[in-house]
Amino acid sequence: MRRPYLRPIDSLWWAKPPYLAYTLREATGIAIGAYALVLLAGVICLAVSENAYDAWLRFLASRWSLALHAIFLVAMLFHVWTWFAIMPKTMPRLVIGGRYVEPRLITATGVAIAALASLVLLVIALRILQ
Amino acid sequence: MMDAKSIAEERLIVEVLRYRPEEDAAPVMESYEIPYIDGMSVLQALQYIKDYIDGTLSFRWSCRMAICGSCGMMIDGKPQLACQTILRAGDVRSLRVEPLKHFPIERDLVVTMSDFVSKVESIYPFIIPRSPRTPAEGEYLQTPAEMARFENFSDCINCMLCYAACPQFGENPNFLGPGVFALLQRYNGDSRDAGQNKRMELVHTENGAWSCTAVGHCSDVCPKHVDPANAVNQNKTNSALDFFLRFLPRRGQSERGV
Repeated sequence: MRRPYLRPIDSLWWAKPPYLAYTLREATGIAIGAYALVLLAGVICLAVSENAYDAWLRFLASRWSLALHAIFLVAMLFHVWTWFAIMPKTMPRLVIGGRYVEPRLITATGVAIAALASLVLLVIALRILQ
Repeated sequence: MMDAKSIAEERLIVEVLRYRPEEDAAPVMESYEIPYIDGMSVLQALQYIKDYIDGTLSFRWSCRMAICGSCGMMIDGKPQLACQTILRAGDVRSLRVEPLKHFPIERDLVVTMSDFVSKVESIYPFIIPRSPRTPAEGEYLQTPAEMARFENFSDCINCMLCYAACPQFGENPNFLGPGVFALLQRYNGDSRDAGQNKRMELVHTENGAWSCTAVGHCSDVCPKHVDPANAVNQNKTNSALDFFLRFLPRRGQSERGV
Protein backbone atom coordinates (compact mmCIF):
# COMPACT_ATOMS: atom_id res chain seq x y z
CA MET A 1 0.00 0.00 0.00
CA ARG A 2 1.33 3.42 -0.98
CA ARG A 3 0.52 6.44 1.14
CA PRO A 4 3.50 8.83 0.87
CA TYR A 5 3.79 11.11 3.89
CA LEU A 6 5.31 14.58 3.43
CA ARG A 7 6.56 16.03 6.70
CA PRO A 8 5.87 19.76 7.15
CA ILE A 9 8.95 22.00 6.98
CA ASP A 10 10.07 23.91 10.06
CA SER A 11 8.89 27.47 9.42
CA LEU A 12 11.74 28.78 11.63
CA TRP A 13 14.51 27.00 9.68
CA TRP A 14 16.21 30.33 8.95
CA ALA A 15 16.63 31.09 12.65
CA LYS A 16 18.52 27.87 13.47
CA PRO A 17 21.90 26.38 12.59
CA PRO A 18 23.15 25.58 10.02
CA TYR A 19 21.04 28.23 8.27
CA LEU A 20 21.52 30.97 10.90
CA ALA A 21 24.87 32.03 9.39
CA TYR A 22 23.15 32.51 6.02
CA THR A 23 20.33 34.53 7.62
CA LEU A 24 22.88 36.75 9.39
CA ARG A 25 24.86 37.24 6.16
CA GLU A 26 21.71 38.46 4.42
CA ALA A 27 20.59 40.53 7.45
CA THR A 28 23.96 42.31 7.78
CA GLY A 29 23.32 43.56 4.23
CA ILE A 30 20.57 45.75 5.76
CA ALA A 31 23.09 47.27 8.22
CA ILE A 32 25.43 48.04 5.31
CA GLY A 33 22.55 49.69 3.40
CA ALA A 34 21.74 51.75 6.51
CA TYR A 35 25.38 52.86 6.78
CA ALA A 36 25.30 53.97 3.14
CA LEU A 37 22.19 56.06 3.94
CA VAL A 38 24.05 57.74 6.85
CA LEU A 39 26.87 58.70 4.45
CA LEU A 40 24.35 59.85 1.82
CA ALA A 41 22.68 62.06 4.45
CA GLY A 42 26.09 63.68 5.02
CA VAL A 43 26.52 64.43 1.31
CA ILE A 44 22.99 65.92 1.14
CA CYS A 45 23.64 68.05 4.27
CA LEU A 46 26.87 69.30 2.68
CA ALA A 47 24.93 70.37 -0.41
CA VAL A 48 22.17 72.07 1.61
CA SER A 49 24.13 74.37 3.94
CA GLU A 50 27.06 74.65 6.33
CA ASN A 51 24.66 74.56 9.28
CA ALA A 52 23.12 71.32 8.05
CA TYR A 53 26.57 69.76 7.62
CA ASP A 54 27.60 70.83 11.14
CA ALA A 55 24.40 69.31 12.51
CA TRP A 56 25.22 66.05 10.71
CA LEU A 57 28.76 66.11 12.21
CA ARG A 58 27.28 66.69 15.68
CA PHE A 59 24.96 63.74 15.14
CA LEU A 60 27.95 61.55 14.20
CA ALA A 61 29.73 62.50 17.45
CA SER A 62 26.71 61.63 19.60
CA ARG A 63 26.79 58.59 21.87
CA TRP A 64 23.80 57.09 20.05
CA SER A 65 25.57 57.39 16.70
CA LEU A 66 28.80 55.88 18.05
CA ALA A 67 26.86 52.84 19.30
CA LEU A 68 25.16 52.55 15.92
CA HIS A 69 28.51 52.71 14.11
CA ALA A 70 29.93 50.01 16.41
CA ILE A 71 27.03 47.78 15.26
CA PHE A 72 27.70 48.77 11.63
CA LEU A 73 31.38 47.82 12.03
CA VAL A 74 30.62 44.35 13.43
CA ALA A 75 27.96 43.78 10.75
CA MET A 76 30.37 44.92 8.02
CA LEU A 77 33.18 42.60 9.20
CA PHE A 78 30.79 39.62 9.30
CA HIS A 79 29.37 40.53 5.91
CA VAL A 80 32.80 40.90 4.30
CA TRP A 81 33.92 37.51 5.59
CA THR A 82 30.75 35.61 4.63
CA TRP A 83 30.42 37.44 1.29
CA PHE A 84 33.88 36.35 0.18
CA ALA A 85 33.22 32.88 1.64
CA ILE A 86 30.24 32.42 -0.73
CA MET A 87 31.90 34.22 -3.67
CA PRO A 88 33.60 31.14 -5.20
CA LYS A 89 30.16 29.51 -5.36
CA THR A 90 28.63 32.41 -7.29
CA MET A 91 31.18 32.67 -10.11
CA PRO A 92 32.10 30.40 -13.00
CA ARG A 93 34.76 27.87 -12.14
CA LEU A 94 38.13 29.56 -12.38
CA VAL A 95 40.67 27.63 -14.44
CA ILE A 96 44.12 29.19 -14.62
CA GLY A 97 46.88 27.51 -16.60
CA GLY A 98 44.70 24.46 -17.17
CA ARG A 99 44.15 23.95 -13.42
CA TYR A 100 41.08 24.52 -11.28
CA VAL A 101 41.58 27.29 -8.67
CA GLU A 102 40.56 26.15 -5.15
CA PRO A 103 37.59 28.08 -3.67
CA ARG A 104 39.57 28.70 -0.47
CA LEU A 105 42.20 30.61 -2.44
CA ILE A 106 39.51 32.84 -4.04
CA THR A 107 38.02 33.59 -0.59
CA ALA A 108 41.45 34.34 0.91
CA THR A 109 42.33 36.67 -2.00
CA GLY A 110 39.05 38.56 -1.65
CA VAL A 111 39.43 39.02 2.10
CA ALA A 112 43.07 40.10 1.69
CA ILE A 113 42.11 42.75 -0.92
CA ALA A 114 39.29 44.03 1.32
CA ALA A 115 41.66 44.22 4.32
CA LEU A 116 44.33 46.02 2.27
CA ALA A 117 41.82 48.50 0.82
CA SER A 118 40.49 49.25 4.35
CA LEU A 119 44.04 49.78 5.63
CA VAL A 120 44.90 52.20 2.79
CA LEU A 121 41.65 54.12 3.40
CA LEU A 122 42.37 54.29 7.13
CA VAL A 123 45.90 55.66 6.53
CA ILE A 124 44.54 58.31 4.12
CA ALA A 125 41.79 59.28 6.59
CA LEU A 126 44.29 59.62 9.48
CA ARG A 127 46.60 61.78 7.29
CA ILE A 128 43.71 64.14 6.46
CA LEU A 129 42.80 64.40 10.18
CA GLN A 130 46.38 65.42 11.13
CA MET B 1 32.46 -8.98 12.49
CA MET B 2 30.40 -8.71 15.69
CA ASP B 3 32.68 -10.34 18.26
CA ALA B 4 31.13 -11.56 21.50
CA LYS B 5 33.31 -9.43 23.75
CA SER B 6 32.18 -6.05 22.44
CA ILE B 7 28.52 -7.17 22.41
CA ALA B 8 28.77 -7.75 26.13
CA GLU B 9 30.55 -4.48 26.74
CA GLU B 10 28.93 -1.64 24.85
CA ARG B 11 25.42 -0.82 23.72
CA LEU B 12 24.13 1.84 21.37
CA ILE B 13 20.65 3.35 21.40
CA VAL B 14 19.42 3.95 17.85
CA GLU B 15 16.29 6.02 17.37
CA VAL B 16 14.70 5.48 13.97
CA LEU B 17 11.75 7.35 12.48
CA ARG B 18 9.35 4.60 11.43
CA TYR B 19 6.46 4.97 9.00
CA ARG B 20 4.35 2.00 8.00
CA PRO B 21 1.67 3.41 5.68
CA GLU B 22 -0.75 0.55 6.39
CA GLU B 23 -0.80 1.16 10.15
CA ASP B 24 0.80 4.52 11.05
CA ALA B 25 -1.19 7.72 10.52
CA ALA B 26 2.08 9.66 10.81
CA PRO B 27 5.76 8.72 11.28
CA VAL B 28 6.77 7.70 14.82
CA MET B 29 10.17 7.46 16.54
CA GLU B 30 11.19 4.01 17.68
CA SER B 31 14.16 3.10 19.81
CA TYR B 32 16.44 0.10 19.41
CA GLU B 33 19.33 -1.04 21.58
CA ILE B 34 22.11 -2.70 19.63
CA PRO B 35 25.68 -3.82 20.32
CA TYR B 36 28.16 -1.05 19.64
CA ILE B 37 31.37 -1.75 17.79
CA ASP B 38 33.98 0.97 17.49
CA GLY B 39 34.23 2.05 13.85
CA MET B 40 30.87 0.65 12.76
CA SER B 41 28.85 2.60 10.20
CA VAL B 42 25.29 3.83 10.68
CA LEU B 43 24.36 1.47 7.84
CA GLN B 44 25.76 -1.46 9.86
CA ALA B 45 23.67 -0.32 12.84
CA LEU B 46 20.52 -0.34 10.67
CA GLN B 47 21.40 -3.73 9.22
CA TYR B 48 21.79 -5.13 12.75
CA ILE B 49 18.29 -3.88 13.61
CA LYS B 50 16.84 -5.41 10.44
CA ASP B 51 18.65 -8.75 10.88
CA TYR B 52 18.21 -9.30 14.64
CA ILE B 53 15.46 -7.03 16.03
CA ASP B 54 12.85 -5.97 13.46
CA GLY B 55 12.92 -7.36 9.93
CA THR B 56 10.25 -4.91 8.78
CA LEU B 57 12.61 -1.89 8.98
CA SER B 58 12.96 -0.53 5.43
CA PHE B 59 15.93 1.43 4.07
CA ARG B 60 17.84 1.68 0.80
CA TRP B 61 21.45 0.65 0.50
CA SER B 62 23.75 -1.05 -1.95
CA CYS B 63 27.48 -0.43 -2.29
CA ARG B 64 28.60 0.32 1.34
CA MET B 65 31.31 2.62 -0.03
CA ALA B 66 29.71 5.98 -0.83
CA ILE B 67 29.44 5.51 -4.56
CA CYS B 68 25.88 4.26 -5.22
CA GLY B 69 24.15 7.13 -3.41
CA SER B 70 21.33 4.95 -2.03
CA CYS B 71 21.68 5.33 1.75
CA GLY B 72 21.27 9.09 2.16
CA MET B 73 19.33 9.92 5.35
CA MET B 74 19.15 12.42 8.19
CA ILE B 75 21.65 11.27 10.82
CA ASP B 76 21.42 13.30 14.02
CA GLY B 77 19.62 15.95 11.96
CA LYS B 78 22.26 16.18 9.22
CA PRO B 79 21.89 14.78 5.68
CA GLN B 80 24.56 12.09 5.41
CA LEU B 81 25.28 8.76 3.76
CA ALA B 82 24.67 5.99 6.31
CA CYS B 83 27.57 3.91 4.94
CA GLN B 84 30.01 6.82 5.23
CA THR B 85 29.01 7.91 8.73
CA ILE B 86 31.32 6.01 11.04
CA LEU B 87 30.75 5.76 14.79
CA ARG B 88 33.91 6.11 16.83
CA ALA B 89 34.88 6.01 20.48
CA GLY B 90 34.11 9.29 22.19
CA ASP B 91 30.89 9.78 20.23
CA VAL B 92 27.61 10.00 22.10
CA ARG B 93 26.22 6.51 22.57
CA SER B 94 22.94 7.35 20.89
CA LEU B 95 21.93 7.97 17.33
CA ARG B 96 18.87 9.46 15.66
CA VAL B 97 18.10 8.38 12.10
CA GLU B 98 15.32 9.87 9.94
CA PRO B 99 14.50 9.77 6.23
CA LEU B 100 15.82 12.61 4.05
CA LYS B 101 14.06 15.91 4.73
CA HIS B 102 11.84 17.59 2.10
CA PHE B 103 10.87 14.31 0.37
CA PRO B 104 7.65 12.34 0.85
CA ILE B 105 8.26 9.22 2.95
CA GLU B 106 7.24 5.94 1.28
CA ARG B 107 8.10 3.69 4.22
CA ASP B 108 10.48 4.12 7.17
CA LEU B 109 13.72 5.54 5.74
CA VAL B 110 12.69 5.16 2.10
CA VAL B 111 11.65 8.39 0.35
CA THR B 112 9.93 9.03 -2.99
CA MET B 113 12.52 9.65 -5.70
CA SER B 114 10.27 9.87 -8.77
CA ASP B 115 10.08 13.67 -8.76
CA PHE B 116 13.89 13.91 -8.62
CA VAL B 117 14.26 11.36 -11.43
CA SER B 118 11.85 13.22 -13.72
CA LYS B 119 13.81 16.44 -13.07
CA VAL B 120 17.03 14.64 -14.03
CA GLU B 121 15.35 13.51 -17.25
CA SER B 122 14.05 17.01 -18.02
CA ILE B 123 17.46 18.72 -18.40
CA TYR B 124 18.73 16.78 -21.45
CA PRO B 125 21.33 14.85 -19.41
CA PHE B 126 23.49 13.90 -22.39
CA ILE B 127 25.91 15.60 -24.76
CA ILE B 128 24.18 17.29 -27.68
CA PRO B 129 26.95 17.68 -30.26
CA ARG B 130 27.20 20.75 -32.48
CA SER B 131 27.20 18.53 -35.53
CA PRO B 132 26.70 14.76 -35.46
CA ARG B 133 29.78 12.68 -36.22
CA THR B 134 30.25 9.11 -37.29
CA PRO B 135 32.74 6.86 -35.43
CA ALA B 136 34.88 6.97 -38.57
CA GLU B 137 35.32 10.72 -38.08
CA GLY B 138 36.95 10.10 -34.70
CA GLU B 139 36.27 11.17 -31.11
CA TYR B 140 35.33 14.62 -29.79
CA LEU B 141 38.58 15.99 -28.37
CA GLN B 142 38.90 18.00 -25.17
CA THR B 143 41.86 19.57 -23.34
CA PRO B 144 42.45 19.00 -19.59
CA ALA B 145 41.66 22.71 -19.02
CA GLU B 146 38.30 22.35 -20.77
CA MET B 147 37.55 19.29 -18.66
CA ALA B 148 38.50 21.10 -15.40
CA ARG B 149 35.58 23.48 -16.00
CA PHE B 150 32.95 20.82 -15.37
CA GLU B 151 34.69 17.70 -14.05
CA ASN B 152 33.52 17.97 -10.43
CA PHE B 153 29.89 18.28 -11.57
CA SER B 154 30.14 14.84 -13.17
CA ASP B 155 30.98 13.29 -9.78
CA CYS B 156 27.36 13.51 -8.56
CA ILE B 157 25.98 10.17 -7.29
CA ASN B 158 22.31 11.30 -7.07
CA CYS B 159 22.16 10.73 -3.31
CA MET B 160 19.90 13.77 -2.88
CA LEU B 161 21.59 14.92 0.36
CA CYS B 162 21.77 18.41 -1.16
CA TYR B 163 17.97 18.48 -1.53
CA ALA B 164 17.57 17.66 2.15
CA ALA B 165 20.02 20.51 2.93
CA CYS B 166 18.21 23.06 0.73
CA PRO B 167 15.56 25.10 2.56
CA GLN B 168 14.38 26.61 -0.73
CA PHE B 169 13.60 23.13 -2.08
CA GLY B 170 11.69 22.56 1.17
CA GLU B 171 9.68 25.72 0.49
CA ASN B 172 9.23 25.03 -3.24
CA PRO B 173 9.33 21.34 -4.26
CA ASN B 174 9.20 22.40 -7.94
CA PHE B 175 12.66 23.97 -7.70
CA LEU B 176 14.96 21.94 -9.97
CA GLY B 177 17.35 21.84 -7.03
CA PRO B 178 21.11 21.61 -6.47
CA GLY B 179 21.78 18.05 -7.70
CA VAL B 180 19.96 18.48 -11.01
CA PHE B 181 21.74 21.81 -11.54
CA ALA B 182 25.10 20.09 -11.03
CA LEU B 183 24.17 17.65 -13.78
CA LEU B 184 22.89 20.49 -15.98
CA GLN B 185 26.17 22.37 -15.57
CA ARG B 186 28.12 19.16 -16.20
CA TYR B 187 26.73 19.29 -19.76
CA ASN B 188 26.41 23.08 -20.22
CA GLY B 189 30.05 23.47 -19.14
CA ASP B 190 31.29 20.75 -21.47
CA SER B 191 33.16 22.10 -24.51
CA ARG B 192 31.79 19.24 -26.66
CA ASP B 193 28.18 20.19 -25.92
CA ALA B 194 25.96 22.61 -27.83
CA GLY B 195 22.67 22.06 -25.99
CA GLN B 196 22.85 25.19 -23.79
CA ASN B 197 19.85 26.88 -25.42
CA LYS B 198 17.56 23.98 -24.53
CA ARG B 199 18.76 23.75 -20.93
CA MET B 200 18.73 27.53 -20.37
CA GLU B 201 14.95 27.46 -20.99
CA LEU B 202 14.70 25.60 -17.66
CA VAL B 203 17.32 27.75 -15.91
CA HIS B 204 15.43 31.01 -16.61
CA THR B 205 12.20 29.98 -14.90
CA GLU B 206 11.03 30.64 -11.34
CA ASN B 207 11.76 26.97 -10.59
CA GLY B 208 15.21 27.27 -12.17
CA ALA B 209 18.24 29.14 -10.86
CA TRP B 210 16.11 31.97 -9.40
CA SER B 211 14.61 29.74 -6.71
CA CYS B 212 18.07 29.62 -5.12
CA THR B 213 19.03 32.24 -2.51
CA ALA B 214 22.67 31.11 -2.18
CA VAL B 215 22.32 29.46 1.21
CA GLY B 216 25.22 27.23 0.12
CA HIS B 217 24.49 24.37 2.55
CA CYS B 218 23.97 21.93 -0.35
CA SER B 219 27.70 22.07 -1.11
CA ASP B 220 28.60 21.59 2.57
CA VAL B 221 26.75 18.26 2.81
CA CYS B 222 27.81 16.87 -0.59
CA PRO B 223 29.76 13.63 0.00
CA LYS B 224 31.50 13.89 -3.39
CA HIS B 225 32.52 17.60 -3.25
CA VAL B 226 30.46 18.33 -6.36
CA ASP B 227 29.73 21.91 -5.17
CA PRO B 228 26.15 22.07 -6.52
CA ALA B 229 25.71 25.60 -5.10
CA ASN B 230 28.31 26.72 -7.62
CA ALA B 231 26.39 25.03 -10.45
CA VAL B 232 23.16 26.86 -9.52
CA ASN B 233 24.72 30.24 -8.86
CA GLN B 234 26.88 30.51 -11.97
CA ASN B 235 23.68 29.87 -13.89
CA LYS B 236 22.12 32.97 -12.34
CA THR B 237 24.90 34.90 -14.10
CA ASN B 238 24.24 32.97 -17.32
CA SER B 239 20.51 33.61 -17.05
CA ALA B 240 21.02 37.35 -16.42
CA LEU B 241 23.44 37.54 -19.37
CA ASP B 242 20.87 35.87 -21.62
CA PHE B 243 18.25 38.37 -20.45
CA PHE B 244 20.37 41.42 -21.32
CA LEU B 245 22.08 40.07 -24.42
CA ARG B 246 18.72 39.50 -26.17
CA PHE B 247 18.50 43.31 -26.51
CA LEU B 248 21.60 43.29 -28.70
CA PRO B 249 21.27 42.77 -32.44
CA ARG B 250 22.17 39.27 -33.52
CA ARG B 251 24.96 38.45 -35.89
CA GLY B 252 23.82 34.97 -36.78
CA GLN B 253 23.33 32.17 -34.24
CA SER B 254 26.02 32.21 -31.57
CA GLU B 255 27.96 29.02 -31.06
CA ARG B 256 27.91 28.83 -27.26
CA GLY B 257 24.22 29.09 -26.55
CA VAL B 258 24.00 32.79 -25.62
